[in-house]
Amino acid sequence: MSVIPDSSVEPAAPGTGAATTTPASRGSMLLRRGAPLLVLVVALAAMPLFVAPFTANTLSRILIFALFAVSLDLLVGITGLPSLGHAAYFGVGAYTAGLVSIHWTSEAPVPVLLAAVAGAVAAAATGWLAVRSGGVYFLMLTLAIGELTHQLATRLSSVTGGSNGLFGIPSIRVGGEPMILAGFVYWYVLAVALLGFLGLWLVAHSPFGGALRGIRDNEPRMRSLGYSPFRYKFVAFILAGGFAGLAGGLFAGLLRIVNPSDAAFTTSALMLLAVVLGGAGTLWGPVLGAAVVVLVRDTFGPQLDGHGPLLLGIVFVVAVYALPRGFAGLAGLVPRRRRAPAGAA
Amino acid sequence: MIDWFDANLVSILNGLAIGSLLFILAVGLSIVFGMMDVLNLAHGAFFLIGSYLAVTFVAGESWAGFFTAIGVAALVGLVAGGALSGLTEPLARRPILDQALLTLGISLIVAETLSIIYGNDVLSIGEPPGLDGSIAVAGNPYPTYRLMLIAVGLALALIVWLVVEKTSIGALVRASVADREMVSAIGIDNRKVKIAVLGVGSLLATVAGVLAAPVYGARPGLDKTILLLALVVIVIGGLGSIRGALVGALVIGQVESLGRALVPDLASFILFGTLALVLIVRPRGLFAGKVAHS
Repeated sequence: MSVIPDSSVEPAAPGTGAATTTPASRGSMLLRRGAPLLVLVVALAAMPLFVAPFTANTLSRILIFALFAVSLDLLVGITGLPSLGHAAYFGVGAYTAGLVSIHWTSEAPVPVLLAAVAGAVAAAATGWLAVRSGGVYFLMLTLAIGELTHQLATRLSSVTGGSNGLFGIPSIRVGGEPMILAGFVYWYVLAVALLGFLGLWLVAHSPFGGALRGIRDNEPRMRSLGYSPFRYKFVAFILAGGFAGLAGGLFAGLLRIVNPSDAAFTTSALMLLAVVLGGAGTLWGPVLGAAVVVLVRDTFGPQLDGHGPLLLGIVFVVAVYALPRGFAGLAGLVPRRRRAPAGAA
Repeated sequence: MIDWFDANLVSILNGLAIGSLLFILAVGLSIVFGMMDVLNLAHGAFFLIGSYLAVTFVAGESWAGFFTAIGVAALVGLVAGGALSGLTEPLARRPILDQALLTLGISLIVAETLSIIYGNDVLSIGEPPGLDGSIAVAGNPYPTYRLMLIAVGLALALIVWLVVEKTSIGALVRASVADREMVSAIGIDNRKVKIAVLGVGSLLATVAGVLAAPVYGARPGLDKTILLLALVVIVIGGLGSIRGALVGALVIGQVESLGRALVPDLASFILFGTLALVLIVRPRGLFAGKVAHS
């Protein structure tokens, strides 16, 4: 795999972004960004007091898919590994949380924590193979892994319920009390999702995240600097799988049913769309992308009579030509990250 | 050993038939990528177009219907490939993900359009007249049509090999796989080559769809199953390698058929295990030496 240098970009780019910011500037950045973020969190927390239960439910789903999309962005945008099978780990997390809730306990946060662990383990078991390769091989391998996971979920019907799905998942309990009201479930999802976002933000803005960006931008250079790209990519893959598993665990707790299609390619494609629409590599872009994707699917899905993927396909084609860098590129807010984030051929 | 062979002969033959189909599919996918750097994830959807065309022209009823289906499928494949070539042209300098997204979008549109037209039921068709019986192979009756599939696959492998190794078109193909810039430097229009290659590659997919229809029928989701197998084949064989596509297709055909017959629950694991094993030993596939630029 070779990185074709883009002449308009300074080649000495590895580690641009947070990795090169000093602790002091990071502190002021936190302050500058902290205030609006706090307002946003308070507004999100206050939501259930003002909206109908159905809206709270929709918001919960947006949060879950946003967490899922940001975990994918860690791979696609930050590390430059475009995965077509990320839903596999989301599905593993969802099934794990569902099975734990049914057969053992639905006491928070046990199901979601185990879901995250299962997602990470599944990512470790398959990722070592996928990250050995780059570019188009990575695309094909992740597609294969995702599709095989989907087949497995369909076939192992004694465990997963097969194509009928895993249903009868008990509702989440806090201190022994089952949470029935949509508002409470929303708060639970919000709390876990915010912790997930924080975790991903910390990863992306750590020196480790800087090294991942370096690998994305110029892998041979990072190797010559003494980094082991394989190890970094593998850890990034495991982390992304873990956070996707966490999102899957929340999903199982919210919907209380898991279908094989949740681990399938369409789900992966939907999330990739959220990342690409939002702007890969920005973390906040995919959150926006996920919200748009969920809302569009909810609004137009019923009218399309089960042919949602048709709309998905059209949006894909349009997005590739019209929005090469997503909403983030449209807003022009990230002029520094000129380099295309996804892997080079 | 002989007993085991005898007991599993039908599975082995099935594996050969699946392998033949996979070769026809994978060789198109592999050449398109090896020559033009286009990863066509709509290849499975093109295959499905062929299967539904076979249903439309009731290819199982008469040879006329069968050959009409093949002819129309070939035409549709050529046109679709040419159109795809035009669509991917603006994306040539962009990351490979953009091409993948475009072809994925197209595959979703095609698959959903097909399911709107034909519904969500599994449609099956019979074999063309004369091939609907069975022949005894070492004492086991085996469907004639599948034997013909094996023959067609092997014949096509031979034809592709002859074309690529012995003709001037083949020399162009090999040169393009090795160094596309150099080919365009000696005065060959890259865009025309691209249209032709994508057209022929997609033609192979749609024709494979017609040929497969009497075996697999036509149903939603078949495109993804087939695309998955074809991708595994070319990853194992090595991108851009025709020999690789043949060996990979034969291996995956056996894995699919014998694997599903012997350990049905673990078939997915075996498929992944084969993929993993090959990639550990040869990270770029078995015959990847020829692809210089990927």
